[in-house]
Amino acid sequence: MRMTVTLRGVVGLLLGAFLAMGILPGIASAQTLINGAGATFPYPIYSKWFDEYTKVDPSVRFNYQSIGSGGGIRQITERTVDFGASDGPMTDEQLQKASAPLFHIPTVLGAVVVTYNLPGAPRLRFTPDLLADIFLGKITKWNDPRLVAANPSAKLPDQSIVVVHRSDGSGTTYIFVDYLSKVNKEWEQKVGRGTSVNWPVGLGGKGNEGVSGQVKNLPGAIGYVELAYAITNRLPASEIRNLAGKFVEPSIRTTTAAAAGAAKNMPSDFRVSLTNPPGDDAYPIASFTWLLVYKEQSDLTKGSAMVTFLQWAIHHGQRYTADLLYAPLPAQVVTQIEAKIKQITYQGKPLLAAR
Amino acid sequence: MRGQRRRVVNVMMNWLTALSAAVVVLPLILILVFLVYQGASAVNLDFFMNLPKPVGEPGGGMANAIVGSVILVGLAACLGLPIGILGGVYLAESRDRCLPWVIRFLADVMNGVPSIVIGIFAYTIIVLPMRRFSAVAGAFALAVIMIPIVLRTSEEMVRLVPASLHEAALALGIPQWKVVLRVVLPTARAGIITGVMVAVARIAGETAPLLFTAFGNRFWQLGLNQPIAALPLQIFAYAIAPYDDWHRQAWAGALVLIALIFLTSLTARIATKGRFGGVR
Amino acid sequence: MARAAAPQGGTAEGLSLPCVLPSKRAVRGWGDQLFRLLLRSAASALLAIVTAMVVVMVRAATPAIKAFGWRFLITSTWDPVTEHFGALPLIYGTIVSSALALLLAVPLGIGAAVFLAELAPLWIRPPVVFLIELLAAVPSVIYGLWGIFSLVPWLRQYVQPALGATLGFLPLFQGPPYGVGMLTAGIILAVMIVPFIIAMSREVLLAVPNTQREAALALGATRWEATRIAVLRYGRSGLIGAVLLGLGRALGETMAVTMVIGNRPEISASLFAPGYTMASMIANEFTEATSDLYLSALVEVGLLLFVVTVAVNGLARLLVWSVGGAVHEVRE
Repeated sequence: MRMTVTLRGVVGLLLGAFLAMGILPGIASAQTLINGAGATFPYPIYSKWFDEYTKVDPSVRFNYQSIGSGGGIRQITERTVDFGASDGPMTDEQLQKASAPLFHIPTVLGAVVVTYNLPGAPRLRFTPDLLADIFLGKITKWNDPRLVAANPSAKLPDQSIVVVHRSDGSGTTYIFVDYLSKVNKEWEQKVGRGTSVNWPVGLGGKGNEGVSGQVKNLPGAIGYVELAYAITNRLPASEIRNLAGKFVEPSIRTTTAAAAGAAKNMPSDFRVSLTNPPGDDAYPIASFTWLLVYKEQSDLTKGSAMVTFLQWAIHHGQRYTADLLYAPLPAQVVTQIEAKIKQITYQGKPLLAAR
Repeated sequence: MRGQRRRVVNVMMNWLTALSAAVVVLPLILILVFLVYQGASAVNLDFFMNLPKPVGEPGGGMANAIVGSVILVGLAACLGLPIGILGGVYLAESRDRCLPWVIRFLADVMNGVPSIVIGIFAYTIIVLPMRRFSAVAGAFALAVIMIPIVLRTSEEMVRLVPASLHEAALALGIPQWKVVLRVVLPTARAGIITGVMVAVARIAGETAPLLFTAFGNRFWQLGLNQPIAALPLQIFAYAIAPYDDWHRQAWAGALVLIALIFLTSLTARIATKGRFGGVR
Repeated sequence: MARAAAPQGGTAEGLSLPCVLPSKRAVRGWGDQLFRLLLRSAASALLAIVTAMVVVMVRAATPAIKAFGWRFLITSTWDPVTEHFGALPLIYGTIVSSALALLLAVPLGIGAAVFLAELAPLWIRPPVVFLIELLAAVPSVIYGLWGIFSLVPWLRQYVQPALGATLGFLPLFQGPPYGVGMLTAGIILAVMIVPFIIAMSREVLLAVPNTQREAALALGATRWEATRIAVLRYGRSGLIGAVLLGLGRALGETMAVTMVIGNRPEISASLFAPGYTMASMIANEFTEATSDLYLSALVEVGLLLFVVTVAVNGLARLLVWSVGGAVHEVRE
């Protein structure tokens, strides 16, 4: 009996110690924890930003969970997080469901690339119709005559095409199907736009991470991921024919070119689609990604920290984009965003101007 | 000869069932060995000391997830153990007509409910009103899973206390409640602790209910009403990601998790070794 | 009445003789009443939790139930864009993966249980039983981890092509070898429930009274015959119960399945094809259901899962209890 008494005592002590670790920091700590959730598309750069920002302001921690844009939209609507993140802009319906006005704050530009797993990783070219037909399930083999015609120099094997799409609600999906809807009537009618669609064929992967993982491991797979994920996983990125008829590869330059037109006519709420833009150099499947914050913040400390971070992100943060293969925000857009950030209020008073 | 055939069948069945046992046990052992091998090559000091790092940067760890899991389990125990143990005592001691049978049935039913359904429950009843993901919500979900297990094992263990002990104490004029607290429970203590440890081992590995309650946290937790990291959650997130470094960390996390669980189960076993001899 | 002035640390461990006057109402004192109340409320807490769970879930699922009615169970579209939700692919996926798991796990599991309970030499039993019970404690996510990195590549490179080449004329084995899919989910579920089935079946078999075995042996049966005639037949309902408990476990398994099933809400004849189960869909989509109807549909799926597992487990318990009284299992 003495043994179990001591054991219990030790266990109890340890339990108490760890519980104290759980409760005390909350009481005694001067640190603010700001929780956010959403898109996996910008996760590489957001995680870099949040890590760097702890050096800029050690009193604030941003905890970001990449659960997909659909999740970001849902959780910010429910107010279970302090900010959301999405690469599919919220629809009017979704905005109405939020209890208060929500701002879309663009942070970076990214490109959705079509990646694949073939022996020798040849550089492939796709036309819009080819892409739509592959994802509609109409083209099922890599050595289909149409694919071979578009890629005469690549050795396409007699292998089944395994389509990989997102299983979770995704802004990356939104960008991709938005593009397909614009360039292919059949896709627009059959499948349509959304962060979650009824895919005609394919496997589901969770997050950009899941899709890259699947494509990486499955010979013959084809999927769509953000450029950073393709590069870090050494997956090939294909060239897509843009509106001007040129085949462009995804890169910072072509992504920036895609935003050039939109930058001149940016709507005030920043909800704009950059897919299939005009321009010789423009990459056809690019997009802004947005942070979703409420206009009226409910907590002074968190709200101030949020706006300060946003200012930092759209200026200083842009320096980290190149390494991670995101394109920085165009200069005109940055000025507009600054004005928007100044509209974020606490109890009616703008947070940024007050500083 | 008929006898010969029967003998052959006997031997054959002996071998066939032995084969099934081998076919079952061997792959499971191989899985464990594989896990230990992958995990051992991945575990390093960084893993135990560091917080997760951004994608592509080396040296990340799961320190906060390990501590987070311990906190969640501890909190769940605080919520679930009183109800479980007292409920078990009730089932064993009570002379009520209807309620014990209902409770027993419900406990058995709840034992089989998928943990993800319990997660939905915790989300609706705690996360939504609180308007945030939190350690409390996660611990609540784990407690709900824990209660039926602890309930039934406590009942069993209290029943095993010899009636003579109980009756002797009553005969001496001690009130019922003191008999239970000072005689019955201390005698059943070792067995109850075993049941508790089994429940703890079970909830330590639960991932599904934490997906939308505890949510995960890349930093040290700052209080129980904030999202918190947990080892199984982190393992899951890293396993489905494409980065090799994260895969490595997932294996390390799996090894740590399984070591903790096995340790708990083993301790439970040692605590009852020889005490209640042929209970199992 | 004389009071016994006994010293402390008397007859039983932890027993302290209180200074109390033996009262005629010793059982009904306020202490006892309070205690009884405490115990009753602790037990009722479980009742409250279960009731709350059912109420909350039904309330949350009501919008979907109203919108889709019975068609929810037989429609196979899961389209968040047009908000048409049908759970048929999920139900199909859950049933097929669990059935496959049972097909693989039951013969092996019961065979192993018979071996361990009846036929094995005594020195083998304790270590193997110990091992099996430890393995039953391995969490789902770890099996999933093993599944992604070991099972899936193995299936994709060796097993599925082989099956496709030899048995490809059956619609069951047609289609490209993804590696992930229904077959993988079934296998991983089988691996997970087998220790559980062994543990439970073994308990059922051990609960069969020895008199049954002895009677058979006395009549000249071989060991196997005694097992077959006396034990298995006697414990049959209990064994079925153990299998059903394994099924209940397989139905609710979430993490490992999510990691290997391919995440596609579709019905396909082939085992190589990706699918979805009720539990894994909830895990993937719950935090992201962007509309209320979507979330409500997911909760309805959860409710469905709840009802099915309760039914299966309830039936299982009844069967297990019917053998040798209440055979409880401590491990889940």
